[in-house]
Amino acid sequence: MSIWLNQHKNQIMIANGGLILISLASYGFKLTSIAQLSMLIAGVIGLLPIISTAISALRVKVVSIDLLVSIAMIGALLIGEYHEAAIVAFLFLIGEWLEKITLKKTRSAIKQLTDLAPKTAILLTDGQEVEVDVDEVEVGDHVIVRTGQQIPVDGTVVDGSALVNQASVTGESKLVSKTLDTEVYSGTVVDNGDLEVLATQVGEDSTFGKIIELIEEAEDSKSKQQTFIDKFATYYTPLVLVLGVIVGFITKDLNLAITILVLGCPGALVIGIPISNVAGIGNGAKNQILVKGNNAMDALHQIDTFVFDKTGTLTQGNAQVKVVEKFNDQALQAFMYAASLENHLKHPLGEAIIKRFGDASMDYQVTHSDVIKGQGVVGKVDGHELIVGNQQLMLNSHIQLSTENLTTINRIQDQGLSTVIVAVNQQLAGILGIGDVLRADAVSALNELRNLGAQKLVMLTGDDQKVADQIAKELNLDAVYANLMPQDKEQLISKFQANHQRVAFVGDGINDSPSLVKADVGIAIGSGTDVAIESADIVLMRSKLSSLVHVYGLSKANMKNMTENIVLAIATVVLLLVGLIFNKVNMASGMFIHEISILLVILNGMRLLKYHPKLDDDQGKSAMDKLKLNQKLEE
Amino acid sequence: MQKVIMQLDELSCPSCMQKIQNALTHENGVAKVKVLFNASKVKAEYDENQVDSETLKQAILKQGFTVKDYKIKEIS
Repeated sequence: MSIWLNQHKNQIMIANGGLILISLASYGFKLTSIAQLSMLIAGVIGLLPIISTAISALRVKVVSIDLLVSIAMIGALLIGEYHEAAIVAFLFLIGEWLEKITLKKTRSAIKQLTDLAPKTAILLTDGQEVEVDVDEVEVGDHVIVRTGQQIPVDGTVVDGSALVNQASVTGESKLVSKTLDTEVYSGTVVDNGDLEVLATQVGEDSTFGKIIELIEEAEDSKSKQQTFIDKFATYYTPLVLVLGVIVGFITKDLNLAITILVLGCPGALVIGIPISNVAGIGNGAKNQILVKGNNAMDALHQIDTFVFDKTGTLTQGNAQVKVVEKFNDQALQAFMYAASLENHLKHPLGEAIIKRFGDASMDYQVTHSDVIKGQGVVGKVDGHELIVGNQQLMLNSHIQLSTENLTTINRIQDQGLSTVIVAVNQQLAGILGIGDVLRADAVSALNELRNLGAQKLVMLTGDDQKVADQIAKELNLDAVYANLMPQDKEQLISKFQANHQRVAFVGDGINDSPSLVKADVGIAIGSGTDVAIESADIVLMRSKLSSLVHVYGLSKANMKNMTENIVLAIATVVLLLVGLIFNKVNMASGMFIHEISILLVILNGMRLLKYHPKLDDDQGKSAMDKLKLNQKLEE
Repeated sequence: MQKVIMQLDELSCPSCMQKIQNALTHENGVAKVKVLFNASKVKAEYDENQVDSETLKQAILKQGFTVKDYKIKEIS
């Protein structure tokens, strides 16, 4: 019964509204008894779905708004105020209906994302291809994905090759080539080609599944204010019921008592905060920014200090070898050994070495490798002892640098490049100067952050001081800290916090998860990697600093919006109370104001979906900056 | 222990959350209930020896909500 009533609420609402119209028309024609009868029927019909909801709630010990409204309506019917009952029912039902529509619209941003989740998969069993529901695919299964289809699981390519659009996971719409043994992600789309994929993570455990779960949890995460208001509402509603009964007994004024019941609905107050929350998180999701809940938004809007990791954050992270200094004939060979050694370590400087010297060196046997954090790597390649890293590492490894060597190193560093020294069998072989390019939008994004209220912009880097200073100058930073180890970064953040600064750490999620966790807000940029998703509060999936500007501005707009909604809701309650005291509000008009206030907070929340900071993206001015900076770095 | 994730029809009243929450916690063997208002999802952990997912689904239906689909996961 209750399900039927619930499903036919719209029809009931229309019938109720129609009867009210008939009744009003009948009054016009002075057909009072028909008018009265229509109103009575309208009231009773309208009461049915409301009272049914109220009763089912009461069975599980919840005093709901529906209960208050039902009692008020029964009261009104008993004392012959049929039109009040009918109109209250109509307003209540139409209010619910409008709430449903506007909520749907507000949630649409996130819905669009979750709808991207793959639904079916082509499973390969005993050489047969069978299309199955994506939930039936298990780890270890082989699936086939063809041109235009979505990859249904995280996995490894075991056959075929294809170009894949990974925008749904990385935010980059550039096509990525996938061949044997490369990894593919659930939710990404094969643009061209065929793949056979071995499933390694399925469903909620896949990267895309985690992103969706994270956003769904985030949009429903509760802020401190929300938790308070929820508690308040749990007691408020029964309290109003008791108050109504007491007032009714004392004054013997049933009309007043039922008016109190209707006014007791805490509607706008209860829905105001979640609506701002879902709209804010939704705006982020639409722009490929994952905000892990309202607390992260709240914390971000109070941030005054942004601490940036250099590599991969302020710079593009794809460093290039720009200077090659050979100290002996075997230097080239040494660099190729170094490339093999770096091959299975994910370090930006190493990537540059691989890119330059890697191709021919992949056959070398790496029998041992040991990363020394903040210094470099030592290992054994084809039987040769390799030491690849900075001056500190050479010092620790007892490798002598001559004055001439030091001059060379200084000269390279003066160009703003990082130096990587390579030694083979305790013999200095050569030095590489590796440079990184600033992100195209770095200058404009940092300016925007200041405009939005950031006080201090700080850069931390494991690179040496000269490289750091060069960038600090370009970007007009307030401070730079160079030659840092990962744990130093974390300590610096603590120091800022002790100094009453509210610190956001922005990093690429590689090697810096302690800092992401330590900061008041940890922001991972440009990677949907598991580590980043787990340790950051906010993940910028697009590898762009403009996303940082966007989310900072969004957090401010979001908190403002939330405050507006709370003020609006409280103002409504006060307005109604004052109206009640001066006897200007009755049951129907009270319900009307109440429903209007709910719609107002929803509409206000929806404004957040459209939020966009003025200077965003890689266009216009920032494109100019990119040109200028690249020219400078080339010089 | 098992975990059931139910996708409901769009939830529009915040008080629905409390109803669903209570309806499920009143069933025996239900350990943890989470109602996601905006995602219109219910996640519940329960002891499958004491209660089955079908009973939980019925409890929600009784509250007047439609369960669009549901998934069961084993948890340790």
